[in-house]
Amino acid sequence: MTDQLRGEVVLRVNGVDRVVNLDNRTTLLDALREHLRLTGTKKGCDHGQCGACTVLVDGERANSCLLLAVAVEGRAVTTVEGLADGDELHPLQRAFIAHDGFQCGYCTPGQICSAVGMLAEVAGGLPSWVSADLVAAPELDDDEIRERMSGNLCRCGAYAGIVAAIREVADG
Amino acid sequence: MSAGSGLPRLEGRDKVTGAARYAYEYPIEDCLYVWPVGATVASGTVTEVDATAALADPEVVAVVDHTNAPRLRPAVTADELVLQSPTVAYRGQVVAAVVATTLEAAREGAEQLLVRYVEHPHKAVLDPDDPDLEQPETTNAGFPGTSVKGDVDAALAAADVAVDHIYTTPPEHNNPMETVAIIARWDGERLLVHDSNQGPWAAATGYGMLWGIPADQVDVVTEHVGGGFGSKVWPTAGAVVATVAARVTGRPCKLMLTRQQMYTMAPARTATRSRIRLGARRDGTLTAIDHDALQYSSVIHEFVEQTGSATRTMYASDNLRIRHRLARLNLPTPRVMRAPGKTPGMFALESAMDELAYALGMDPLALRLRNEPPTEPATGLPFGGRHLVDCLRAGADKFGWASRDPTPAVRRRGRWLFGTGLASAVYPVYQQGGTATARASPDGTFDVSVAAVDIGTGARTALWQAVADALGVPPSRVSVHIGRSAFGQSSLAGGSAGTASWGGAVRKACFELGRRLAEHGGAVPVDGLEVTADTAADQLPPDHARHSYGAHFCAVRVDADTGQVRVDRLLGVFAHGHALNARTTHSQLLGGMVMGLSIALCEQTIVDPRLGLFVNHDLAQYHIATNADIRGLEAHSLEHTDDDVTLVGGKGIGELGIVGSAAAVANAVFHATGVRVRDLPITVERVRAR
Repeated sequence: MTDQLRGEVVLRVNGVDRVVNLDNRTTLLDALREHLRLTGTKKGCDHGQCGACTVLVDGERANSCLLLAVAVEGRAVTTVEGLADGDELHPLQRAFIAHDGFQCGYCTPGQICSAVGMLAEVAGGLPSWVSADLVAAPELDDDEIRERMSGNLCRCGAYAGIVAAIREVADG
Repeated sequence: MSAGSGLPRLEGRDKVTGAARYAYEYPIEDCLYVWPVGATVASGTVTEVDATAALADPEVVAVVDHTNAPRLRPAVTADELVLQSPTVAYRGQVVAAVVATTLEAAREGAEQLLVRYVEHPHKAVLDPDDPDLEQPETTNAGFPGTSVKGDVDAALAAADVAVDHIYTTPPEHNNPMETVAIIARWDGERLLVHDSNQGPWAAATGYGMLWGIPADQVDVVTEHVGGGFGSKVWPTAGAVVATVAARVTGRPCKLMLTRQQMYTMAPARTATRSRIRLGARRDGTLTAIDHDALQYSSVIHEFVEQTGSATRTMYASDNLRIRHRLARLNLPTPRVMRAPGKTPGMFALESAMDELAYALGMDPLALRLRNEPPTEPATGLPFGGRHLVDCLRAGADKFGWASRDPTPAVRRRGRWLFGTGLASAVYPVYQQGGTATARASPDGTFDVSVAAVDIGTGARTALWQAVADALGVPPSRVSVHIGRSAFGQSSLAGGSAGTASWGGAVRKACFELGRRLAEHGGAVPVDGLEVTADTAADQLPPDHARHSYGAHFCAVRVDADTGQVRVDRLLGVFAHGHALNARTTHSQLLGGMVMGLSIALCEQTIVDPRLGLFVNHDLAQYHIATNADIRGLEAHSLEHTDDDVTLVGGKGIGELGIVGSAAAVANAVFHATGVRVRDLPITVERVRAR
């Protein structure tokens, strides 16, 4: 690979600027896992089909396997490693443990990041496919949670626990 | 739902913070990336692997194919003997691998390889009229290929009522969220791997066999595994490639199969075709059960799904015949997927029981109660705890079955048709011998090591509780170490046997440690005290038929216009003996039910017969149940103890929840619509084909 296909990229991850020299074809997912050693973000399909690689980019959930790392320069990336406040877990992290919202744990970082983004979407008034009223503030019932979390596959079938965990946090 | 009363998972915090390390995630210096290349013909011979373009990239370190790969020795299946010959037995079989300093260069190098073939004719269709069908002596798990009791044909001819139908299930892929992943290094003649598998000892054994070295020269580390469901029971073709690449380059090599590669470089479940014939007297007493099962294996290895095995044990009949036939196809060798044999076989049998109930004008619950066997039908063995009736009755109560009107296709509200169905579940009790080591330290803490693995089952936490219980100390003073082959010979996480097998070994080690401590007057010597126990001689004699049981009750709604099926409720009641951890047990049962619903409604790997190709080889086209598909899910465990089961008093739970659940869905769809779907998955076009 010639040098013109590589370059330095500054990635702002979990509030810290990180300078990495990357092949321009490197996805954000591979940059996180292979170059920044942030392996909490998981690769399940590399094609945006499973959600295991979900991170937050400027606060919105995104499949990091579908983003080139060079394309997120200057944007704030939050991974599962950046959710806790020191030793204090994020409420969703606590709730996933309490409701056994995972088994193998491989989809879990994506589920949790997705849930953080999803709750912000609801707070911002965004409807989903199952919202009866597209204009009114959404009511986050279980069907809304299920629909809005269906981009995150869980092969262990921990969906019931995932919904219960998100429900608890959403209800405060 | 309630999470159950067990302790939360020991690794829970690591899993929700991203700190839990899976096989591919260890920081190993100077590690190369491996990208395997699959054959693009379904049958043939590789005539040339032209690596010129790939090797022109300075980041590409090596290209390995059958001409320069080191020799491997036969191990579990021929699929794992990668890069040993130019012969191609199926599309996607590994024919080369590109090794590079970056992932991107390895991937591009793989694109640039020119592999040329001579193509041979292939066969990729499971055809009951295939003239080359084989009649295997035995099936997976050691059941006879054919077993006959009485005169089935005469009994069917004389039956008051008989049903005779064919049920099919498609190839299904395990699709764990974490694909096959490995980092392999050689240190002289020692192989060191961080590996995603369902048993570090089995992995060490498998890699050792392939490389002709003893298992104790293979050091396998498997701390966390992103699911297996059978696909990681033995070293896969994909993972073996990394050990080859590491040998060739003399450097550490890492490999993670793409989702697409998982469809051919890791195992799957065979397609099955079950012809079930049932004969009964007017009062519902079964007089004949005939299960003729057809499945496939590859052309390079015989694997026979035990499709008829549940039929051996479920219902009483003086005349019972179970036969397996095997087609040899140019497809990857199928292997185990959650509840092998039981999952497709019980879809067939439990659907047929529902059909017989309708043919008799009898309640399907009553039909099952009527045919409860006094001893195991195929073997005559006494049961080591039989709780099917308990599960059916308890489930019927919780579900409200008694008020059901059996008439199909009469409950319509708006565009939705409503229906309910039930099915039984069964899974055999397996337990394997193995070793565990328990150590007491002078500071009052205990360390227990066993080559167990937690693929999401909760094994780590259950073993931790079992150790604390056996030692009679608070769990806070106990550390459990798992996930290393160096801890000694041990069971797989397979056959729902893992936790019972490992639990038996750690309990024995703990009890022995307690005795040794008592000899020391209860004081721990300054150097500590350590004992290793082996349960090889402590296994249960084969004098009873031992199984877990369950019953599924399902409520569906079916869109009368589109045929879309929605499961509104899926309730399971299970009898599995003592649960080491009620919380993770509950999750395992729910997870099995979800996968059962998923195979009922979504899952199928479609084969293009012209190309021998698994067409829909990704998660956009191979559908699995999503969050939106799951509602009204309930799993209940029946309190009971079976004293002669495993060393820990429990039976397997990991696979029980999937067995029969697809039939419960299909039976509910019939009740809703009057359409009997005998081919999984229950897609809209099948529901609409009336």
